[in-house]
Amino acid sequence: MAQISLQNLRKIYPNGFEAVQPTNFDIADGEFVVLVGPSGCGKSTLLRMVAGLEDITEGSLSINGRQVNNVDPADRDIAMVFQNYALYPHMTVRKNIGYGLKNRKTAPAEIEAKVQEAAKMLNLVEYLDRKPSQLSGGQRQRVAMGRAVVRDPALFLFDEPLSNLDAKLRHQMRIEIKSLQRRLGVTSIYVTHDQVEAMTMADRIIVLNGGQIEQIGTPAEIYHAPASTFVASFMGAPPMNLVEGRLDTGQVMIGDGIALGNAEGTGPVTVGIRPEDVELNDQGSLMFTVDLVEELGAHRLLHGRLAGQPFTVHVGKEVVVGAGDAAVNIKPDSIRLFDVETGAAR
Amino acid sequence: MKRAGFTTRWLPILLLLPQLLIIAVFFYWPAVHAVQSSFFLQDPFGFGSSFVGLDNYRDLAGSGEYIKIARFTLLFTVLVTFFSLGLALLLAVKADNVIRGARSYRTLLMWVYAVAPPVAGFIGLLMFNQSWGPLTEMARAIGWDFKLGVNFNDTATAMVIVSVWKQVPVNFIFFLSGLQSIPKSVREAALIDNRSAVGRFWDVTFPLLAPTGFFLLIINITYALFDTFGIIDTLVKGEPGNNPMTLVYKVYVDGFRGNDLGGSSAQSVVLMVLVLALTVFQFRLIERRIHYT
Ligand SMILES: Nc1ncnc2c1ncn2[C@@H]1O[C@H](COP(=O)(O)OP(=O)(O)OP(=O)(O)O)[C@@H](O)[C@H]1O
Ligand SMILES: [Mg+2]
Repeated sequence: MAQISLQNLRKIYPNGFEAVQPTNFDIADGEFVVLVGPSGCGKSTLLRMVAGLEDITEGSLSINGRQVNNVDPADRDIAMVFQNYALYPHMTVRKNIGYGLKNRKTAPAEIEAKVQEAAKMLNLVEYLDRKPSQLSGGQRQRVAMGRAVVRDPALFLFDEPLSNLDAKLRHQMRIEIKSLQRRLGVTSIYVTHDQVEAMTMADRIIVLNGGQIEQIGTPAEIYHAPASTFVASFMGAPPMNLVEGRLDTGQVMIGDGIALGNAEGTGPVTVGIRPEDVELNDQGSLMFTVDLVEELGAHRLLHGRLAGQPFTVHVGKEVVVGAGDAAVNIKPDSIRLFDVETGAAR
Repeated sequence: MKRAGFTTRWLPILLLLPQLLIIAVFFYWPAVHAVQSSFFLQDPFGFGSSFVGLDNYRDLAGSGEYIKIARFTLLFTVLVTFFSLGLALLLAVKADNVIRGARSYRTLLMWVYAVAPPVAGFIGLLMFNQSWGPLTEMARAIGWDFKLGVNFNDTATAMVIVSVWKQVPVNFIFFLSGLQSIPKSVREAALIDNRSAVGRFWDVTFPLLAPTGFFLLIINITYALFDTFGIIDTLVKGEPGNNPMTLVYKVYVDGFRGNDLGGSSAQSVVLMVLVLALTVFQFRLIERRIHYT
């Protein structure tokens, strides 16, 4: 169990590239934090600094109040699950899982007991004597999990552990990892670029962009009150609709004087509307032109234009629509406003 | 795997022919010849030969000198192989850790690779020159009166040193690429699992290098047994006298200096059997173990 604290943590690679700008956040004991962001935004770099695999350029990293900037990875009481699992190819599953314990001077009988326990938890018992090359991707993933779980560390670190699995297995492992973490109560940092993983697994999400934190918040906060247009368009599938509008006489306007709701201020503004906050309604005051219907089984996505700007609407499977014009309503209080220049929420 | 096939039968044979011809002319034909002449006693003046059966082999087994040279060859092979592999591994591990200027270190270390054995031997001669060789002077500084070509042990030492020096770069290249083919994340996982660098080396790096190491072991044994001929010949300046020599060099000395073609052929047959055994051993082990993925 552990609390983690990052103070002005910064990473500049030897080539001068600043991969992580000074970053601050705290993680509470037992919390599951997901770092999410597009490729190259510095997620892995940040995680690897916490693991001790990458030098910290500036700032301070503490685990349970102890500064660990210069502590060896093996002495930080962490366990990490890598994207490609990083299993030892020449060791059996049993040895892979037990290797970390062996080097921590655990008695052989105790190692065996703990390996058995971990294997049982992860359904690996019958594979203990196999080499990693004789396992499927999903089984390897479990071994990597076993290697982390067996040591009962203060902190789990995951770097996109599910990205090499097929969609079905990914879904299943997502639930398993989450429930395992719940059960063990180990503080965790989980890196992913998949916003669905982030939404479903996290207690708290940290959205990174270009080496900078865009927003920290619970999945609900991130989804309903994105701090910037970046977060708005990154989180959610399909993403939030962002349309050009303006503030005029206490109203939010788009297109040729279509009022969407009330808001103070004047001048141009970016208007954000979640696709599911729009309903088709014959009495609707807005005209939405449907160009394309995307059939997804449980629901449909209608891609088209609202006031001449690209727009997507999410409707239930019972709503039958074809291409053409449809009257829509926007749910009250569902409109988000962002600054046109900075993209920050207003 | 997809098998690509030729449409005509003659094309593959035609393409293989030059290689087969070279092997036949330079390997099978002399080999058959050697086996044949090992059963004959040649007249020293080349006037004729008489069939003597296994006499040549019996002579070999009974010859104290031959046994002595065989023992020396064994020791020489063990030393050259051990030090070539050990030093190369050490250098490769160090070079692998270097991040800055890695390329230039590697290039410098690989240069010796391009030196031909007799040239290596010649450089050895210079280094061990009796009056001004730097290595001789170094030996003298620690009270060792080094006499290349005169003292048996000193000459043997020089042979081992030069042979190792010549072979280290080859091993280095293989070990380095072996090290670099170990996934970075596997090493990082070990970094988290084991705080001891030495422990990580023996538990993770070394076993993962085993396929490379085993391949190199065979290559190095073969090198020490056969390819050191040029070095030895240069170091003893073609005058074996009482100097140490290996079995291959003895084949040459007996056959071409002593004109004992029969005895020399018997010796080559013994060496051929040795190579065959090594090859079988290699294939067996490669098939059985050391495949991880
Ligand atoms: N050793 C390095 N030297 C210089 N720049 C690096 C180095 N490693 C990574 N970078 C750069 O730092 C940035 C962040 O890399 P990082 O691996 O943390 O991205 P990421 O968010 O994990 O991306 P992905 O989702 O693709 O894994 C990238 O722009 C990358 O090019
Ligand atoms: Mg990454």
